[in-house]
Parts: sequence; C-alpha cells; structure tokens
Amino acid sequence: MQLIFEKSKAGRGCTLLPACDVPEVQLPEELKREQALNLPELAETDISRHYTALAKRAYGVNDGFYPLGSCTMKYNPRIDEEIAALTGFTGVHPLQPAETTEGCQKVLALAEQYLCEATGMDAITFQPAAGAHGEFTGLLLIKAYHEARGEQHRNKIIIPDAAHGTNPASAVMAGFSVVTIPSGADGCVDLEALKASVDENTAGLMLTNPNTVGIFDSNILEITDIIHQAGGLNYYDGANFNAIMGVVRPGDMGFDVVHLNLHKTFATPHGGGGPGSGPVACKEILKPYLPGCASLTGEQPKLQMKAFHGNFLVVVKALTYMLTLGAEGIRNACETAVLNANYMMEGLKDLYPVAYGERCMHEFVLCLENLKKETGVSALDVAKSLIDHEIHPPTMYFPLIVHEALMFEPTETEAKETLDEAIAVMRELHKMAYEDAEQMHHAPHHAQIKRPDEVLAARQPILRYQAD
Amino acid sequence: MGHYIPATKEEQQELLAAIGVKDISELFTAVPEEVLLKEPLNLPAGKSELEVRRMMEEISSQNKVFGTVLRGASAYQHYIPSIVKYITAKEEFVTAYTPYQAELSQGILQSIFEYQTMICELTGMDASNASIYDGASAAAEAVAMCRERKRTVALVSATTHPDVLATIQTYCYGVGAEVRIVPEKDGVTDAEALRAALAEDVCCFYVQQPNFYGNIEDCTALGEIAHSGGAKYIMGCNPIALAVLKTPAACGADIAVGEGQPLGMPLAYGGPYLGFMAATNAMTRKLPGRIVGETKDADGNRAFVLTLQAREQHIRREKASSNVCSNQALCALTAAVYLSTMGPEGVKQAAVQSMSKAHYFAEQLAAIPGVTVKNQGNWFHEFVTTLPVDTEKVLAALAENDILGGLPVQDGILWCVTELVSKEKLDQAAAIIREVCA
Repeated sequence: MQLIFEKSKAGRGCTLLPACDVPEVQLPEELKREQALNLPELAETDISRHYTALAKRAYGVNDGFYPLGSCTMKYNPRIDEEIAALTGFTGVHPLQPAETTEGCQKVLALAEQYLCEATGMDAITFQPAAGAHGEFTGLLLIKAYHEARGEQHRNKIIIPDAAHGTNPASAVMAGFSVVTIPSGADGCVDLEALKASVDENTAGLMLTNPNTVGIFDSNILEITDIIHQAGGLNYYDGANFNAIMGVVRPGDMGFDVVHLNLHKTFATPHGGGGPGSGPVACKEILKPYLPGCASLTGEQPKLQMKAFHGNFLVVVKALTYMLTLGAEGIRNACETAVLNANYMMEGLKDLYPVAYGERCMHEFVLCLENLKKETGVSALDVAKSLIDHEIHPPTMYFPLIVHEALMFEPTETEAKETLDEAIAVMRELHKMAYEDAEQMHHAPHHAQIKRPDEVLAARQPILRYQAD
Repeated sequence: MGHYIPATKEEQQELLAAIGVKDISELFTAVPEEVLLKEPLNLPAGKSELEVRRMMEEISSQNKVFGTVLRGASAYQHYIPSIVKYITAKEEFVTAYTPYQAELSQGILQSIFEYQTMICELTGMDASNASIYDGASAAAEAVAMCRERKRTVALVSATTHPDVLATIQTYCYGVGAEVRIVPEKDGVTDAEALRAALAEDVCCFYVQQPNFYGNIEDCTALGEIAHSGGAKYIMGCNPIALAVLKTPAACGADIAVGEGQPLGMPLAYGGPYLGFMAATNAMTRKLPGRIVGETKDADGNRAFVLTLQAREQHIRREKASSNVCSNQALCALTAAVYLSTMGPEGVKQAAVQSMSKAHYFAEQLAAIPGVTVKNQGNWFHEFVTTLPVDTEKVLAALAENDILGGLPVQDGILWCVTELVSKEKLDQAAAIIREVCA
C-alpha cells in the first residue's frame, strides 16, 4: 500500500481556516524556516480513504480474539469513549482556575475512591501516563521515603527473574541496583533465595501477583514480611490486577505501593500502543512524597513525572467503566477472567504442557519446547499460524524463564464459543505440526504480509520516508 | 450477565464443570484465607449505561468550558479539523495493542512510520520515535540520552516551562544527576551565562523554543555555545511554530522534543497529549521507546516492523536505555492526521495567524494606559504583560464574558492567542481589560 506521502499532489488541500482578519506579522529572515515543509497535500477524500485503508490493515479487540498475555485485551466499552469525548471534559484547560474545574476534580476524586478501595491503599496520583511510568513513580516514592529517614544507603531493589522487563529498567532509572532472584521450581518466589538476598541495603521488592506465569504466590504474606523485616518496602506491579480485583487487595497483602494499568484492568483502549494511564496508589507512609505539578501550584515539587494531571481522559474512561461495574461487577470481571483462562488451559493442556501449576489465574503459559524438539515447529510458528485463523497471537517468548513460551490471557469479555474455537484451532495446529511443519514455518499465508525481515530492518534502518 | 461479560449463568456452570470445580471460589484457593475479601468492596453497586451516562454528563457540566481561550503555557487550543476526530475514533485504531505482530498490524505500523516522517519533516531531524508521554517527559528522556559516564550534569535554561524543568529534575534525581539552571536575561537565555556554565561534567543543554514567555530564543547561537563546551544540544519546540521557525536541525540540535498537543489534540484538562522526539543519525540508537522501520517481507514486498528493539526494556531489562513501554500512539496518529489534513500551507497558516493575532492583541493591550508588554525581541504567540490593577480583577472580568484570560505569572499575565480567536473577540477582550484598568 502507498504511503500518504506517495499520494500527495502539489496544490491539493482542504479549506479549513478563514483568511487572517488582522495584519499579518512575519518573522525576520534570520529566524525563518528555510527548509521546505514536505507534508502531504491531499483532499479530504484522499485522507479519509487512506486512513480507512490503514484501519483495515489493523487488528483491534473489536476485530476478534486477542489473547495477548499480560496485556489484558478486554473489550473497550463504547460509552467510555463517548463520555471522554464530552466537551465538558475535552474543552477544559489544565491551568484553569480550580473553581471552574470542579467536574474534573470530581472525576479524579471518584476514581481515587474506587481505586484506593480496590487496592487497599490510602492515596493516589494520576500523573503517570503508563504502567512503566507508574513503576518509575512508585520507585521514586520508595527512594524519597528511605532518604527522608536517613537511609539513603538502601539502594537495592529485589526483582524475580520472571518479572516484566519494565521492572528492572524502572529500578535503574530510579537509581537502584537490581538484585535478580531466581524463581522456584513452582514458578513462584523462592523464599530461601529471597531471604538470602535481603540485607541492610534492601530498598524494596517489586512483584506482580499473580506472577507472569499466571500463578498466585501463596507465600505472599511471608514474602512481604521478609522485605518489611529487612526495612524495605513492597511494590506491587499492577499489570495483573485483573486477576485479583474484588477478591484480594495488594494493601492487605503487605504491599506499600502499587501502580495500576487503567488501559488493561479498567478497560480503556490501547490505541495501538497508548495512551495508557498508570496511576500509583500508596499507603499513608508514602503519601508525603507523591508527585506534584509546578505550573499548578507555582512551587517546585519534589517529584513531577510529567506536566499537569496525567492522561485525564483515560481516567474518565476508566471511571465510567468502574461506575458501570460497581463492587459486584468488579469482582465478577475478575472471577470470569480467571474462569475463562482455566477453561482454555484445560482444553489445551493435554497437547501443550503448561509451564507451571495445575490451575492458573487470569493467564497461563504453555511450553512448546517438546513440540519444537519433535516437529521443529516453534512457539513463533504456532503464533504466526494463529493469524491465518484470524486470532491475534498470544504473547511469545515471555516470561524468559519458560522456553518456547506462549502466554494466553483470554479475559472475561470473551464468550465460550470464542474460547472453544481458539482451543480447536490450537489443537488443529498441534496436529499440523506433526503433518506439515514446513507450512507452519512460513505462516501466516493469508495475512497482509508474509513474515517481515526484521534483521534487515535493524541492520539498515529506514525510519522515515524520503522522496526521490 | 451484562457488564461486558457474555457468559450466561448456564455457560458459567458449563465452564466450571469442564475444569472440574463446583464453585468459582475454588479457583482462588492459592490466596491466603486471612486476606481473601469476605465482603464486597465498599463501593456503590453497578449501574446501567443510561445511569452512568446521566451521572457523568452531570459531572462534566460542573466544569466551565470557556468560549474563548487566551491561555496557553504548553496547552494550546487550535482548530481541530472534523476528519481528525472521525479517523482517530476508528475502532481498529482505538482497540489495537502495540503492533508486536507485524503481519496483522501493517496499518498501525505504517501510520507510525508516516508520523515519524512528519516529525522529521517538522524538526528537520533524521529520525523520530513513535512518541513519549508528553513534552515534559520527552525532555527528561532526551537528557537521559545525553548522559555519559563523566558527563552527567544537565543545563536547563531558566526560560523553560516549569513543568518541563520539574520533570527533568525528577528524572535526574532518580539517577542522582545534577541539573543546573542557566539564568535568563531580558526574557531569553543568557548566552554568556551558558558559556560560563559549560564544564567537563556537563552532558547537555536544554532550551525551549519559543520559550515559556513566548520569546524566540537565538537557538543557533545557543547551540554553537553548547557544542563548543562539548555538551549535546536539546531543543524543546512548539510544533506549530516549527512551520515557520528555523528548524532544530538548522539550529544544530542533537535532539528535538516537544509537546505535540497543538497538533489536533483537545485541551482535555492536560492529557492525553503527545511527546514527540527526534534525533540526529548519530543519536538514533539512543532514542527511547518504539521505533518503526521499513523492511521487506518474505515475498520481497514493502513491510513495516518495530525495529532497533535491542534498546528496549523487554530485551535489555536493567540495561535498557529507558523503561518506556506504552506510549501515546493514538495521539501520534492524531498528529499525523492533523498534519495531513492541514497540509504544509494549513499548518503555516495556523502558525502565522496565531502569531499575527497575538501581536495584534498585544498592541491593543499596550495601548491601555498602565499596561506594558514585557517581550522585547521576537516572539511567537505568547507574551507577558504587566497591569496597573490586580491580575485577578482582570481575569474575573474576562471570565464573566466567557473568556479565559492569560495565566497569572510572577510579574503579570502570560497571554496566548491562536488562530481560533477572531479579531472581534480580541477587541472585546481588550475593551474589557481597558475598562478594568481605567
């Protein structure tokens, strides 16, 4: 398909602005742009058709099943979009006087009430724009806390080897060194390894529970206690919060700070990569360090993660969702997500070994190491073959502790027939692996493109269009 | 059962039976009994769509949406063409994840590739990433790109937006790096102070163009000074202004960042906005976040993929250059559609009209006895006035007439005018201010 630049015709355009009704002011020559501004020149019809064609070459939750593990691709309710598009929200300047933004403040206050109750925390900031941004924020709270207590020597964050890649990356951005602890034979935290890793320099632990292999760590109270005993704090990575909301709360499990991914658990859309929202909720002890906003208060805050109030419209969407679900609905969503995952795992586990455990929470990880040994068909081949069946592949090759991993997260918004169909397709692919591996090595066969050459892309990067 | 769960009670029983459990609670036996919630969350019961709609509409009506906005300070109300909202509301774009699976995400990937090209065009830089959270966090990430083992100190101009400065300071606090402020002189960066501040431990200098007061900095000269001291040069730019202003590349910038909100995004109480970020070829591999590249598929056809991923957290973990994972993709799409629709002439018009109207308004205000326009040199679409009366009085009088006045700053008001405000409205605003000042 042509790029929008290749469709451009000099002289085309849209009539959008009236003529200037005041005398025109020009910049002096030495400040003027010299380089031509090569943006596309198109009529509105061209633009509409171009982006409609691109949309047809995209795949969203609305297009079909999207069991991308760790990403919680649940349905994104349309009412949430409509509410976030109300002029009463979109038309408000972030630096308007407080007495003219009571509605926005109410949105944040209500969202705070729901999220603090659901997490068992005391205070929250909506400033972080995404999960990783939230991790960074939460870790800076831990850093500020230790410093305020004169314990700046606490510079180590303990992270299990199965953790999301953002965890160690965030810890380094917050100035900590990372202590990686191996997972036990059950995929959970190895208590002995944890005990051995804490010392007077322990700043805290980052943990997601259920963990990235989809298992709830039963030792959670011992784990958080070991960290507290050592003088550290416990950080809850909320990426998997959909598996526990309404059932158990991080605040009750000994966590001191948690980030939530509103774009996962609270049904706001992913938008092809963002915007998300990664609010950070914490216990009273960390509240004094929550980030502020210089332009709003006129004072330099100790911490500020970005400008203004965070991705506000995303919070509006999440609040609309939470109001709709209510206390029962939140629990129901969680339970159904766990039920759907277990059902799907049950339908596959005789053919594809489950990496860990008999039961899972909201997601499960299959290990295709044997399949690959016996047939040569890899996790990648199976994932790509799913595309031909109009199913978005699961997360591949994560967590790193499982070889040839495929991680499925069906979510609560999928019907039984969707799960049944996906199970049937996966079983068919298993059969095909033994019968026609070659075909699977080249899958997908009916997609927009064949497999792309990623090595070429990285070796000779073409990162923008250049006119000839 | 509603609430977006398709399963009926009967189906739920079927699923439970298939996995061999009687009750859903059996799936949560791993949770220690003492922390398992015995009661429902202390939250209201769920609501119907109609009830939620009524409630949220009522809440939104508690905000005041001004008919005329004369306030900017990094959140700018420009005209948003109708088609922008329609295209960016397409469900395929809205409900897709990050395009990890290139074979079914070519539309998303191509839209990002086109966005990257447009950002390169605006800034003149060689390569752009797929976006960062906002202008402030993009600035902070840019500083991190420049830090080296022996060069860790960031210099930031005092004319920078306070939120950008605070965000840079926060990111630097994380890694224990120092930020030094380069003082201003007459509303622009003090070039001699910059020269004096350069040292062997300085990794970069950040300047905002146009700066917080609306003034246009001599970015070419500042860049030369920064480079002469061995520092990298980062410019934080207003993307609309770039349609008429000398590009960061022409000014010698190593990295160009900025707040992309003016490119088709509403004010929205501060977000979601768009941090754009572009660099020279030499620094491309230090860019944080997603980058889309062109390649070929197995049949030799053009294809797009996420590329240079060896920089990123999911591969490098604690050695990654940044932790960025989710970005602002839909906002980047918004900017791309906006730029395509406006076209080169449209964006220039938005820039020229904003600048012209701001200058017209400044003249009207300067004609009021006791009002002084502080900006001395060249400036774009924001300016500062001092007033002979209490700032709040002026703003209150404007608010009564459905006009959001400028932002109160230390010694006056920071005004902003865009192409959305008609001459008639500007005259009305000036008349109101004249009356208050009389």
